[in-house]
Amino acid sequence: VASLVTCLFAEFDDAANLLAANPDATTISIDEPAEARENQHGRRQELSREEDDELLGTDDSDKTELLAGQKKSAPFWTFEYYQTFFDVDTYQVLDRIKGSVFPVPGRNFVRLYIRSNPDLYGPFWICTTLVFAIAISGNLSNFFIHLGRPAYRYVPKFRKVSIAAATIYAYAWLVPLALWGFLVWRNGKVMNIVSYSFLEIVCVYGYSLFIYIPTAILWIIPHKVVRWVLMIFSLCLSGSVLVMTFWPAVRDDSRRIALATMGAVILLHALLSVGCLAYFFDAPEVDFPVPIIPAHNGTSLVTKVK
Amino acid sequence: RFSFVLKVSHNVQFAGLADVSISEDIPVEGEITVPVGSHSPEEDYSTLDEPVRETILRDLKAVGKKFIHVMYPKKSSALLRDWDLWGPLVLCVSLALMLQGGSADSKEDGGPQFAEVFVIIWFGAVVITLNSKLLGGTISFFQSLCVLGYCVLPLTVAMLVCRLVLLVGTGTGGFVLRLVVVLAMFAWSTLASTAFLADSQPPHRKALVVYPIFLFYFVISWMILTFTPQ
Repeated sequence: VASLVTCLFAEFDDAANLLAANPDATTISIDEPAEARENQHGRRQELSREEDDELLGTDDSDKTELLAGQKKSAPFWTFEYYQTFFDVDTYQVLDRIKGSVFPVPGRNFVRLYIRSNPDLYGPFWICTTLVFAIAISGNLSNFFIHLGRPAYRYVPKFRKVSIAAATIYAYAWLVPLALWGFLVWRNGKVMNIVSYSFLEIVCVYGYSLFIYIPTAILWIIPHKVVRWVLMIFSLCLSGSVLVMTFWPAVRDDSRRIALATMGAVILLHALLSVGCLAYFFDAPEVDFPVPIIPAHNGTSLVTKVK
Repeated sequence: RFSFVLKVSHNVQFAGLADVSISEDIPVEGEITVPVGSHSPEEDYSTLDEPVRETILRDLKAVGKKFIHVMYPKKSSALLRDWDLWGPLVLCVSLALMLQGGSADSKEDGGPQFAEVFVIIWFGAVVITLNSKLLGGTISFFQSLCVLGYCVLPLTVAMLVCRLVLLVGTGTGGFVLRLVVVLAMFAWSTLASTAFLADSQPPHRKALVVYPIFLFYFVISWMILTFTPQ
């Protein structure tokens, strides 16, 4: 029994040695100083928020770069690497959504909400929900518009889901890639004070698309003016989030390039919403002849319903 | 019958248990019965020689037991421990088959094709499982696939009911009945799967895990509800 017991203890020793020797298991040791630094960084941010807009992102940016680089310490072929992109709690996701829907002028979405913890949960699931919201709402709105027509037969048009998915995912991933590449290129030429990592840009774009989900559902209402008002309203909200995020990154550049970049960002955003409205939702004012109603004095009446 | 005596050769004292010491020469008696005879020990563990009917019936019984667990979700761990993917496969294929034969003016405008339904269900389940694991869930990959697949059962029942209602008539009354049935089954599916999966999710993130499951069953319910026959 003594030999058995010593054998067991020896096994425990070996296990402890293995754990100590394995660097991958101890990502905790790297996170702790980053967290401590993040706390100080957060406190300093509390103070700087009182001050002018121009101080947003002045001396925080290089620290943010460092933190963004240090967090992902696991090698990219392990599962833990991708888990760092989903390190958010429910209340954090809800806060970020709230921040994208109610943009406060002067507050930078990235500084305020993301704070070097960009997540992929929000962008991915908001895009997925938006794909299905647009496809389903488009289908429903067409159904209600054509409801009176005798010759109309409902078809689900499932192909449109794939088209919606391709468009929205392409927008949410390729446009941030292009924008990030452009910003990195300009950063090489002009020393920019604020620069964002690729994931932070994906995060901002993903969360800014959230406002389109209730907009798409409300687009079921078959009224042209209502739809355009809704579209302009949501474009303003999400566009302002994007503008307030990226303006500090380009304003140190030449005036022309800065304005051109902002213009391109807003233009692409507007193109997405106009395109979705035009393609998935039929025009609400469809003239269809109402059957002839005989009036009581015998003359027949044909009315066109708008 | 065997009996044996264990002799301890010297005192053993455990560190921290100074009060306990085991004296020498403790007789330990026991009984071990080794069945000798026609049975060889391997036959108890291998199922190679059993009749085929027994093999199939055993798997069918396991699948049937899980169906009952889904219809009356009681938070038992049987579904999680012995996962299998037969049930989800059967349900997926039958749902995809029942969604065929819809009306369409052209190939483009119809309902989902067989392959599309298949891909949505399996790819959707894989994405939800990955999402749950990335958020820090402790459930294994195939266990989660198994639960999500089995919880499609209420929606398959709803599809069957819808097709029967559509055989009778396609009026507004039929539509309202289909809507009520599909809504009820959608709620059942979502609640059943969250009942099974909720415990393995990290705290403060349960809503983040439950929402994709809600979306998944919502899309399947939408496909069922918008099915229009020829």
